[in-house]
Amino acid sequence: MKNKKNQTGLPALLFGAVCSLLALLPTDVAVAKEKDPIVLRVCNWEEYIDEGDWDADERIDLDNGISILGINSMVEDFEKWYYENYGVKVQVEYSCAGTNEELYNQLTIGDTFDLICPSEYMIMKLLSEDMLLPFSDDFYDTTKDKNYYAKGVSPYIDEVFRSNEINGEPWYRYAACYMWGITGTLYDPSHISYEDASTMELYNNPKYASRFTLKDNVRDTFFVTLGIKDAQKLLSDDFRQQPDYRDQLAHIMNDVTPENINDAEVLLQDMVQKVYSLETDSGKADIVSGKVYASYQWSGDAIYAMDQAEEDDVYLDFAVPKEVTNLWFDGWVMLKKGIGDDAAKQQAAEAFVNFLSRPDNAVRNMYYIGYTSAIAGGDDDTIFEYLRWTYEDEEGEASYPLGYFFTGNNSDETYMISCNEEDFRRQLGAQYPSLEVMNRSAIMGFYDATESQNINQMWINVRCFNLLDVPTPLWATLGILLVFLIILLLYKKLKSNHRP
Amino acid sequence: MKTNRRLLSIPYGIFLALFVVFPLIVIIYYAFTDQTGAPSLQNLFHFFTSSNHVGTLVYSLSIAITTTLVCLILGYPLAYILARSKRPGVQIILLLIVMPMWINFTLRITALKEILTLVEGNLSFHPYLNTVIGMTYDFLPFMILPMYNSLAKLDESLIEAAHDLGAGAFGTFIKVILPLSVPGIISGIVMVFLPSMTNYVVLDMLYNKTYIMGSLIGAYFNAYDWHNGSMISLILLALIVLITIFSNRYGEEDEKGGAVLNAKNN
Repeated sequence: MKNKKNQTGLPALLFGAVCSLLALLPTDVAVAKEKDPIVLRVCNWEEYIDEGDWDADERIDLDNGISILGINSMVEDFEKWYYENYGVKVQVEYSCAGTNEELYNQLTIGDTFDLICPSEYMIMKLLSEDMLLPFSDDFYDTTKDKNYYAKGVSPYIDEVFRSNEINGEPWYRYAACYMWGITGTLYDPSHISYEDASTMELYNNPKYASRFTLKDNVRDTFFVTLGIKDAQKLLSDDFRQQPDYRDQLAHIMNDVTPENINDAEVLLQDMVQKVYSLETDSGKADIVSGKVYASYQWSGDAIYAMDQAEEDDVYLDFAVPKEVTNLWFDGWVMLKKGIGDDAAKQQAAEAFVNFLSRPDNAVRNMYYIGYTSAIAGGDDDTIFEYLRWTYEDEEGEASYPLGYFFTGNNSDETYMISCNEEDFRRQLGAQYPSLEVMNRSAIMGFYDATESQNINQMWINVRCFNLLDVPTPLWATLGILLVFLIILLLYKKLKSNHRP
Repeated sequence: MKTNRRLLSIPYGIFLALFVVFPLIVIIYYAFTDQTGAPSLQNLFHFFTSSNHVGTLVYSLSIAITTTLVCLILGYPLAYILARSKRPGVQIILLLIVMPMWINFTLRITALKEILTLVEGNLSFHPYLNTVIGMTYDFLPFMILPMYNSLAKLDESLIEAAHDLGAGAFGTFIKVILPLSVPGIISGIVMVFLPSMTNYVVLDMLYNKTYIMGSLIGAYFNAYDWHNGSMISLILLALIVLITIFSNRYGEEDEKGGAVLNAKNN
């Protein structure tokens, strides 16, 4: 907190003031025209919500009689729905951010948004900086008809959001999970065997040097580095049978002591020599076009890439590393600065979250963006029907239990999907990981100022060209060139001085 | 008349104040304060005491120098031939040089990526070479055009005079044409050298994992370290100002030299 306050010094404030003045201009005009609708400023990731405009043949007809088709964008539908149900006009100002860091930088400039959708570590950071407004008690009242989130959220996700705390405050009071997933390796099975792909060692394997990509951000890559560095412990049966295995696992994957960061840096220097690229978005295209054979991906992106590849007749596979996988969440949070004590606005914000959590809307979003919604549906079986619609193969010889996600009981016979065993680890396994995979997942927390500085400095060190790496012959050549140049210049000067 | 002219400058004045002067003040403020907001020089020391940071500066300079040299070697003969040629096709060739600039450079680099992959097999084998190729592809027109302009303006009678006074083709080139085209060469060098110090989009798109100055600044800002990010921006700015001053002075001197030569020959 202390740091933050001083960081936004006078210049930043002035800059912020100018920006917000500029931003206010068009809003004022709009407000004057309409009869004071509530303006809800929402910020989400790019392509992270259904934007409508589906073709008619994309209609999803489920066995429970529900038929789903995205005609208008989700945001437009919400505005209409809110007016019909609450009798109040709401105008959503929808914008997108590229990364959590970008979003955070925007938040420090001033009062920009009311409702945002950051990832878990950013939620923790915002929570620790007291920037978030808790959801109202009303939001969690499961007897209310329109409280789709409280009624529909998966018990598994709900448990995670209740058991994780920051400064003694559980997440679930402040954040409503939107999408979630794991990380794993998207790979081309014609070049890499499942055995090789299902370990993080792949990313340090000289056999696949220049044939894999990692993510161009320190958090994801640090996670892989730790997975390789501590593989022996992570894989040992002794460790896995510890009663507090999950807690210890989370501890190892969040170890940001200076010694651990130093060890990771040494290993990462090595890995970066072997990586094809550190990508933010190009990994999917590069694996489809055959430039690389493996790519570390978030599950939703992997599903999207496998779908796209199938259209190009390329068969890709997904493997979850046997050491550990990173469980991540994106959740809706309300900002104190934006909403304040404006009850009408808070109601609209909570209604927005509930509207997105309505099972048919959750399906629309999942279909559109490929990620996994946190909504299981509660009494409503739309989500599971959608899963069956997507993945079920009546002739499939194996059944895939998903009770852990839908009811909390993984042996629940109702929530089994029958399909071929190979599908378990492809789209289905990526979108809804099995309980066995979930049991070796770890959440990456947020780091305090010093820890972030250390880990970011490590990343910068790895990416920079170190002056000490310059080979001696090069120094010698440069030295000779320099001397030669100086002599040439001096000679020229002498000559021109003589001339007159 | 005078007030009217002054009024015309107001829009740009506002633009300048808002988008150049004001951000610069903010950058200077952050560069010379530490995390607690107290004035300090630690960011400056942090830059120059780290072999990684200075290494990045060296790497950027090295990429920029190589790119500039390649552009010069490729561009000068072409500019010379085009400027001296009397054939009607010259305009078309000039058009061909300028035409790629009408297409967004990220698109061109995306295409280049595929070509390089085809040739090299794997982009990550030669990151440095790829970067230089990408930057050359991007900046070559900026090198050719100023050189072409200064060579095309060249007074034909000077060359005739050189021939009359017994200089051969090579002598004429070294003693007359090359010195007279120096201003064009200098402005070409500046146009290529400065952007290739910082254009990290080309590096990113061609999968060069090593940071240059532009990406280093971005990395610090992304890590919420505005102080070090601002300081590195300032250091880069200082370097650019130095290079510009130096090149201006050198360019002017040679123009003067050209004038003397002109007077002598006349």
